Amino acid sequence: MIEVVRPGPLATVQDLGRPGLAHLGVPRSGAADERALRLANRLVGNPEGAACVEFTFGGGSVRFHEGAWAAVTGAPLPVCVDGRPQGTNAPCHVRGGGVLELGTPARGLRSYLAVRGGITVDRVLGSRSTDLLSGLGPAPLSPGTRLPVGPSADLDAITVDVAPAPRMPETPVLRILAGPRGDWFTEDAMATLTSTPYQVSPDSNRVGVRLDGPPLARSRGGELGSEGMVTGSVQVPPSGLPIIFLADHPTTGGYPVVAVLAAASVPDAAQLRPGQHVRFRT
Amino acid sequence: MRVLRAGDTALLVETGDLATAHRLNAALREASWPGVVDVVPGEQTVLVVADPSADLDRLAARLPDLPLPADAEAGAEPVEIPVVYDGEDLDEVARLTGLSRGEVVRRHASGAYTVAYLGFSPGFGYLTGLDPALHVARRESPRTAVPAGSVAIAGPYAAVYPSRSPGGWRLLGRSRLPLWDVTRDPPSLLRPGTRVRFVREEPS
Repeated sequence: MIEVVRPGPLATVQDLGRPGLAHLGVPRSGAADERALRLANRLVGNPEGAACVEFTFGGGSVRFHEGAWAAVTGAPLPVCVDGRPQGTNAPCHVRGGGVLELGTPARGLRSYLAVRGGITVDRVLGSRSTDLLSGLGPAPLSPGTRLPVGPSADLDAITVDVAPAPRMPETPVLRILAGPRGDWFTEDAMATLTSTPYQVSPDSNRVGVRLDGPPLARSRGGELGSEGMVTGSVQVPPSGLPIIFLADHPTTGGYPVVAVLAAASVPDAAQLRPGQHVRFRT
Repeated sequence: MRVLRAGDTALLVETGDLATAHRLNAALREASWPGVVDVVPGEQTVLVVADPSADLDRLAARLPDLPLPADAEAGAEPVEIPVVYDGEDLDEVARLTGLSRGEVVRRHASGAYTVAYLGFSPGFGYLTGLDPALHVARRESPRTAVPAGSVAIAGPYAAVYPSRSPGGWRLLGRSRLPLWDVTRDPPSLLRPGTRVRFVREEPS
C-alpha cells in the first residue's frame, strides 16, 4: 500500500481508460500522456496498462507502507526518496516507510508514478481511471488517501536502468491531419493554424487544451449535428479559438473539428502547460 | 455514404440520416471487426475508432460494402419510462408554448421516441420524436445541479438525466427508473436506437 502525503495541485489514478463505451456516453479517459504511463510501467516490470498516479505540476509526496520498486516518467522533475535525489525515467527502490517526493517540473505538465505491482483500487467499468468529466472512478487523491498495490511475484524482471528522457521543447510542434469538418472553415483557417503559435490557456484540463491566438474563421454558418469525437480532435467553438481534446473529452460534440492531431502528438499535447506556446504542422 | 478521416486512428462515416446511422452502428457491432475499438453514432454520422495498429485504409474500403440490417431495432419492445409530471419548469414550458400544463404533459407522454445518440454524460440519451409544439430553447442560465431521474426537454430533444449534473434543459418531471448503473452490464438502460415511451405515473 502507498499513502498520499501531499497530492500536489492535482493527482489522480490512471490506467488506459474505458475504451469501447463511447456510444453510451462514457469518455475514454485514462492517462493523458499514455506514452509516459506505458514507459513507467515497463520500467518496473508491470503490464503496460497497470494503474499509476498521474501528477499535475508535480508537488506530490507519497509514503510506501511496504518496500517497492517505483519509477517516475512524463514531465521531468526532481525526485527524492527519503531526501536523496533519484532520476526520472529510471526504476528506484523505496524501502518500507520510505517517502518519495516530487518537485516541480521544469518542462511539461504531467508526471506518472508507477509502483511495481500496480495501483489496484477497484475498477469501475473495467478501468481504475479517474474521469474528471463524468465523475467515474476514484476521487482525485487527497492527503491520507491510501492506495493498494498489487502483487509483484509473477511480474517480469526489471531489466532497464534508465530510459532516454522525452524531448520537451520550449515550443512544441504538434502534427495535425485535416479534420473531418475542415471544409467548414475558410482556406485561411488552416494556414493560420499552421503558421501562428497559439498560447495554452489557464482553463485547460484533462478534458481539453484551450488555446488563445488568432480565431479560425468559418466558411459557412449553420449548426453541425452532434457527432462522435476522437482524442486529439481540434474542435472550434463559435469563439473561433481551438480546443484540443484530451483523455476526458466528451464522446459527442456539435462544434466542427478543423483538424485532428496525429496519434503520436497526443502525448505531447497532454504535456502543454498554461502560458506555453505551441505550433501545428501538417 | 461518405467516409471521412478523423485523424490517423478513426473514420467518420456520413450516413445522411439518423436511421442509417443506427443501421450502420448495428451492423458494425454485429460484425465486430478486429481492430475496431469504438463505434459512436451521431445525428447523421457514425464514428469508427480503430486501434492505432489497425489498417485504416482497409477499414475505409470495407465499410461501404457492409450489409446493413433493414431496421436496427426490428422487433424490440420500447423501454417504458414512468414519469411523475411535477417538474419545476412545467409552468414556464406551458407559457412558452401557449399550451396548458395538462396539454404539455399529454403531448410529452404520448410521443414515440428513439434514442438518437448519447453524450453530455454517461447514459444521457438524446431522444428524438418530441412533439414539435414542445420545442423550446434551453434555460438562459443552466442549473448547477439537476437531480438524477429528471425528465427534461430542450430544442427538438427529450431526455432523462441519468445522474446528478449541471444542466440547462427544462424540467417536466422525474422518473424512479435508474437509467445508469455502473454495476449493471450494460450500465446504460439506453443505447443508440433504443425506442422509448414515457408513462404517466401519479406521485406516491
